Amino acid sequence: MNFLLINFFLISLLLVTTFFIFKTTSLISVVALTGAFTLLCSAIYVNLDAVDVAFTEAAVGSGISTILMVMAAAKLPEGKKNKLINLFPSIILAVAISLILIIIIANLPLLGDPSAPIHLHVVPEYLKESKDFFHIPNVVTNILASYRGFDTLGETIVIFTAGLGVIALLTSNTLNRKTNFKKNKKNER
Amino acid sequence: MIGGLFIIITSQNYLKKVVGLAIFQTAVFVFFVSLAKVLDGTAPILTKMANAYSNPLPHVLILTAIVVGVATSALGLALVLQIYKNYETIEEKEIESLELKSDK
Repeated sequence: MNFLLINFFLISLLLVTTFFIFKTTSLISVVALTGAFTLLCSAIYVNLDAVDVAFTEAAVGSGISTILMVMAAAKLPEGKKNKLINLFPSIILAVAISLILIIIIANLPLLGDPSAPIHLHVVPEYLKESKDFFHIPNVVTNILASYRGFDTLGETIVIFTAGLGVIALLTSNTLNRKTNFKKNKKNER
Repeated sequence: MIGGLFIIITSQNYLKKVVGLAIFQTAVFVFFVSLAKVLDGTAPILTKMANAYSNPLPHVLILTAIVVGVATSALGLALVLQIYKNYETIEEKEIESLELKSDK
């Protein structure tokens, strides 16, 4: 019961934060609220027994990503208060998707049910064997580095590609668009 | 999650769109981790005291996904900075009007 109450409280805080991110126009407060959002999420992960995920979310999601966003927001101009675009179609889309999700969630097994199909397939073997195989008590580490090692390799490749993309974007000064645009602007004057 | 989607579609500011994408992702992660919860279980670190553990497999998937998500938003921020360099604004309507003007 206590667990459910804490969870409900944290999720309602998340909703309030999302609403304020939606309302604010100042970029730096949007960034700060996003940091608060991810910290709340890591509290939820601790409550749901996912301590490793909470670590990663607090360090990477709320640390590094907030730093990156602050660095970007420092270079950008202040956000302006102007009209929302596509308001009507997006309300229809949001209502439709929430209806679909509610129907799906009603069909899911109950929260914390130990006989749900997700807990029956490969996980019992992982929990039983991994201590004898790798001598590490943390099962998450065992799966991440050994059973699912190729996933982690793929992840590193993705991050490498993203880093290459960021470097290429930030160092290129010879985009066609820019030169054309600047010329046009000068001609107008 | 719906809130994140709503922010992506309705806000004009490109930085806010990137933030909306991050919120969308995090909501999906919370859903995944909530599937892994077992009532009366503990964190999946093997000890002699505990007799039930939460499911470690979704935790691993989400660990990977969080890091990939940060890489995605870093790439998005770099794109926003480059757009600002070229157009000197990051509001969608203003860029649209500048484009229309330069076509004539």
